[in-house]
Amino acid sequence: MATQHSRAAARLMISPSVILLFLWMIVPLGLTLYFSFLNYNLLMPGAHDFIGWKNYYYFVTDPAFTTALINTLVLVLGVLLITTIGGVLLALLLDQPMWGQGIVRILVIAPFFVMPTVSALVWKNMFMNPVNGIFAWIAHAFGFQAFDFLAQAPLFSIILIVAWQWLPFATLILLTALQSLDSEQMEAAEMDGAGPFARFVFITIPHLTRSITVVILIQTIFLLSIFAEIFVTTNGGPGTASTNITFLVYAQSLLQFDVGGGSAGGIIAVIIANIVAIILMRMIGKNLEA
Amino acid sequence: MGKISLRQVTKQFGDVTVIPSLDLEIEDGEFVVFVGPSGCGKSTLLRLIAGLEDVSGGAIEIDGVNATETPPAKRGLAMVFQSYALYPHMSVRKNIAFPLRMAGIDAAEQARRVENAAKVLNLTDYLDRKPGQLSGGQRQRVAIGRAIVREPAAFLFDEPLSNLDAALRVGMRLEITELHHRLKTTMIYVTHDQVEAMTMADKIVVLQAGRIEQVGSPLELYRTPANLFVAGFIGSPRMNFATGAEAARHDAHTIGVRPEHITLSKTEGHWQGTVGVSEHLGSDTFLHVEVAGIGTMTVRADGEVDAHYGDRVFLTPQADKIHRFDAKGIALK
Ligand SMILES: Nc1ncnc2c1ncn2[C@@H]1O[C@H](COP(=O)(O)OP(=O)(O)OP(=O)(O)O)[C@@H](O)[C@H]1O
Ligand SMILES: [Mg+2]
Repeated sequence: MATQHSRAAARLMISPSVILLFLWMIVPLGLTLYFSFLNYNLLMPGAHDFIGWKNYYYFVTDPAFTTALINTLVLVLGVLLITTIGGVLLALLLDQPMWGQGIVRILVIAPFFVMPTVSALVWKNMFMNPVNGIFAWIAHAFGFQAFDFLAQAPLFSIILIVAWQWLPFATLILLTALQSLDSEQMEAAEMDGAGPFARFVFITIPHLTRSITVVILIQTIFLLSIFAEIFVTTNGGPGTASTNITFLVYAQSLLQFDVGGGSAGGIIAVIIANIVAIILMRMIGKNLEA
Repeated sequence: MGKISLRQVTKQFGDVTVIPSLDLEIEDGEFVVFVGPSGCGKSTLLRLIAGLEDVSGGAIEIDGVNATETPPAKRGLAMVFQSYALYPHMSVRKNIAFPLRMAGIDAAEQARRVENAAKVLNLTDYLDRKPGQLSGGQRQRVAIGRAIVREPAAFLFDEPLSNLDAALRVGMRLEITELHHRLKTTMIYVTHDQVEAMTMADKIVVLQAGRIEQVGSPLELYRTPANLFVAGFIGSPRMNFATGAEAARHDAHTIGVRPEHITLSKTEGHWQGTVGVSEHLGSDTFLHVEVAGIGTMTVRADGEVDAHYGDRVFLTPQADKIHRFDAKGIALK
């Protein structure tokens, strides 16, 4: 596609899909933006008057908002921390030659194929349940009181569940990166007198930075909008202890029937996501440059 | 000091024997070249000496001390890899300083030694670049620099020039030889290029299928090859071989004569043949002559020779330069 003519033709040809994608994005966004300035409650049909920034004001000054914001950050950071550190360690382990390597690798990747609602249910009822759960059983076996994870440490429990789901993703990406490390580099470092730990710090980690960056960026996008796990396990509670921004928007618009307030929350969530994205790209985006 | 002895060293990968049993003495300060066809176990042998592979049997001594179980870092050897194996995320300076840093040498001393190495290798202007921003020859020099700063007992090179173009290869060949004269450190150099072996080595070790075929100085191997394999491997163009009646006249199973030891004539000679391909290089002329009853013989003549495709020529081998071999391919005295 070098000539003027062919470039114009190419633009014409791709325009239908580009226009469709653009509409796909802009119509919901525009409507949400529009609703966020209306007094639009499903319990009060008919009255849709324009109320300016009030929805935003009420959403942001709601005490639940600060909690949700902090919870969102804790959730994202907690899961990122567990998955990247755990992913590096697991990848190192799986990279060792061992018997039954293929099966072990498939087992490690399996959690990624379990859908979030199901895995949250399994964790809730089979692991963390204070009566029937395995953790309770183990605690009893050692003579301790069962710990009611979802009631006592709801956010921590959700971090655990989500980290379990995302660990395979991180492991998989980091494992492939690890396998692309030139073995002669490792041998050179070995001859240069670097012990196993020094080789890990000076050779392996720098080699992995790009993949770790990818893992962090992709996971952050998905972790900002965690919903199913919270909905299934704690319903954002007790109180607002495990409510994140996504869940707060849901609660606002569908539990309190406040479409206007929920839309304002949605727009705020979009803004937060963009701020996070910009900060992330500033901090670690340079790792992606060749 | 860098005296290395291999005693009955063997190496197996699973049930494949790569090195049957091998003894070798490498004296301090020697430039030893391992040469042999692809897959003969040169790299494996070098890696055994470096400690990157464990021996399956036998012992390796460095300076009289048994180093068979010593980890690579403690053997005091430095290796230059075929792929250079530079650390891509570190600058040239950090690459060269890496072994010093690992050895816990203080920063001032590190900087001094890196500067010295860079001066020796003409790398001073590139110290702050990353390996990705260097040419092949420069990367090669960085890899050598990283080996030099450790002041090792011996250098190990695994086909260090095979990724370079022909002109650069000749240049680097000279640089490495010069480095050896200056440092006077033991160097073990692996190559499959017999020209590199002949030009650089004090001592050549010819390997085939993990066995040593012959050890000697370049000219020893050239003058008195121990067997057919060495005779054919050392020297360019290859030695000509003849069997049958021609060999029987010299009481041998096979005779060999090098292209440069055959006299060419248009009028008279021992063998008669027709010129096939002729390669005119200016300084030399290589003629491929079809001789009845023997086959194609390569002849080297000095300067420009007026011989062309289809010409009839006569060849005479220099009597004292004929190599004789028995039925097993072993040289006869
Ligand atoms: N890790 C290994 N496992 C099994 N066999 C191996 C291994 N490494 C090398 N070999 C075998 O050992 C033999 C010698 O290999 P080596 O790499 O030493 O050859 P080389 O002389 O260096 O050849 P080249 O000139 O092509 O580099 C080969 O037949 C190779 O297939
Ligand atoms: Mg090799």
